[in-house]
Amino acid sequence: MTPELIASLTIFALAVFLGFELISRVPTLLHTPLMSGTNAIHGIVLVGAMLIAGSADSTLEQVLAFVAVVFATVNVVGGFLVTDRMLHMFKGKRPEGPPEDEVP
Amino acid sequence: MTTPLAVSLETVNLLYAVSAVLLVFGIKQLSSPRTARQGNFVAAAGMAIAVGITLFHPDVEKYGLMAVGIAVGTVIGVVSARAVKMTAIPQMVALFNGVGGGAVALIAAAEYHRLAPDLGALPVDVIAGILFGALVGSISFAGSLVAFGKLQELLPGRPLTFPGQIVVNGLLLVLAIACGVGAGVTENGIWIVLLIVLALVLGAAAVLPIGGADMPVVISLLNAFTGLAAASSGFVLGNNALIIGGTLVGASGTLLTILMGRAMNRSLANVLFGAFGAAPAAGPAAAPGASGDGAMVRQTTAEDTAVMLAYASQVMVVPGYGLAVAQAQHVTRELADLLEARGVRVRYAIHPVAGRMPGHMNVLLAEANVPYPALLDMDDANPELNRTDVALVVGANDVTNPAARSNPESPLYGMPILDVDHAKNVVVLKRSMNPGFAGIDNELYTNPKTAMLFGDAKDSLERLVAAVKAV
Repeated sequence: MTPELIASLTIFALAVFLGFELISRVPTLLHTPLMSGTNAIHGIVLVGAMLIAGSADSTLEQVLAFVAVVFATVNVVGGFLVTDRMLHMFKGKRPEGPPEDEVP
Repeated sequence: MTTPLAVSLETVNLLYAVSAVLLVFGIKQLSSPRTARQGNFVAAAGMAIAVGITLFHPDVEKYGLMAVGIAVGTVIGVVSARAVKMTAIPQMVALFNGVGGGAVALIAAAEYHRLAPDLGALPVDVIAGILFGALVGSISFAGSLVAFGKLQELLPGRPLTFPGQIVVNGLLLVLAIACGVGAGVTENGIWIVLLIVLALVLGAAAVLPIGGADMPVVISLLNAFTGLAAASSGFVLGNNALIIGGTLVGASGTLLTILMGRAMNRSLANVLFGAFGAAPAAGPAAAPGASGDGAMVRQTTAEDTAVMLAYASQVMVVPGYGLAVAQAQHVTRELADLLEARGVRVRYAIHPVAGRMPGHMNVLLAEANVPYPALLDMDDANPELNRTDVALVVGANDVTNPAARSNPESPLYGMPILDVDHAKNVVVLKRSMNPGFAGIDNELYTNPKTAMLFGDAKDSLERLVAAVKAV
């Protein structure tokens, strides 16, 4: 094992504990926003997609990397915006968007 | 293009560390109601730093492709996040989660393709990271799309099962892992393609038999999966931001999944393999007034209900997904205001999983400016229901089913419910006698205390508003 791998595994192990510890006392009310917020955070994979897109040589890799960048960006941008809209509601204020359509 | 923007790897990694700290703070703040919104901003800022500094990463040499990709993704993300109705947010979360998983799988495939020529020289952990990312990312992608399809009602919400399903899924997993081994020892790209295809089939097959009512738990689990898959690409790319961000989501998502399951009194294994689907598939759209087992239900009119409500001393509104679908939160508020003007105490009983996600009802009612203290959670609402004159059930079903308390045969048995049948009178606003999302008949409807007011929740409430004004 390389020293880099050991360092990575250490970080991984600590992050596991931290992840558990951080949300151990979350009220039910916040389950959905928290799921949505953490959903946006795994969009960090955009960083990986960018690294690949920034160095891909073959056409196949470029296509894969391009789609990965699009997907990951949707994950990040959409995830944070939807979470914000959800949490905005808790303030009791109106959403800024146009009034929502009726569902038949 | 060359690398005019590159800074040293140390600088990049330092800023990744700053970003990781912000992500941790963000999650911490997200888990408390007072700071949740700020927490989302903090996490987004952390993300912006990580993405921004990656532009300056020494390995990044070309910008055209990623610039277009980020632009396209941003437009899609902004438009879909803004256009989505509050009621459709659960499936939107599923969709965002799915594309995240898809991104991990694509990264894995691209890395495999790039590294395959000298596969033998690669350390095991890189190969393992690639294969794990391809497997779990693909499962998450396909599973999330099926969850989206179910919640969007493109697919039947009812569990879809066939005999031997668990065995078939197990075989799919074994085959996928075998392909992974094949991809690890040979240099043939066909193996990783097969691995991804099998994982996609497995992801879909694993979620299809799960009933719509359990979908929040499944989405939360897939969210944790995507987090772990993202962490694995961190190992492949030697990137700490990915390892930390992905692992935090993997761990907190796993705990959140367990907490959600606990709120529904269901174990994860029960959600995944219990196939709520043991319940017989009912025919489509039974006629209003005709219950499955032939027991009589009592139908009422808006006028009768209005009188009952107007002379009650306490009314408990029990909102469910039907209220959300009909966008009836505002008219609910209007009815409550009218009743309160007459001296009736109106409160709301919120089951932890009312609607399709925990907290869904709170969000909708907050949108209609319902005062926060009027919202009672299950533990506070149940004692109050004993003192309630009229329980007004608006489009809620499974969370009120007394079978969860009394019938060990019922798939709902053991789930904590709102004891609506303890109120003096129950009025159920419902479209028809169709069973709820879990596909199970509700014996509340044949209880002698219960009267049914059939119709779209919003129409019925508007008729009630008019009738209360006329009382």
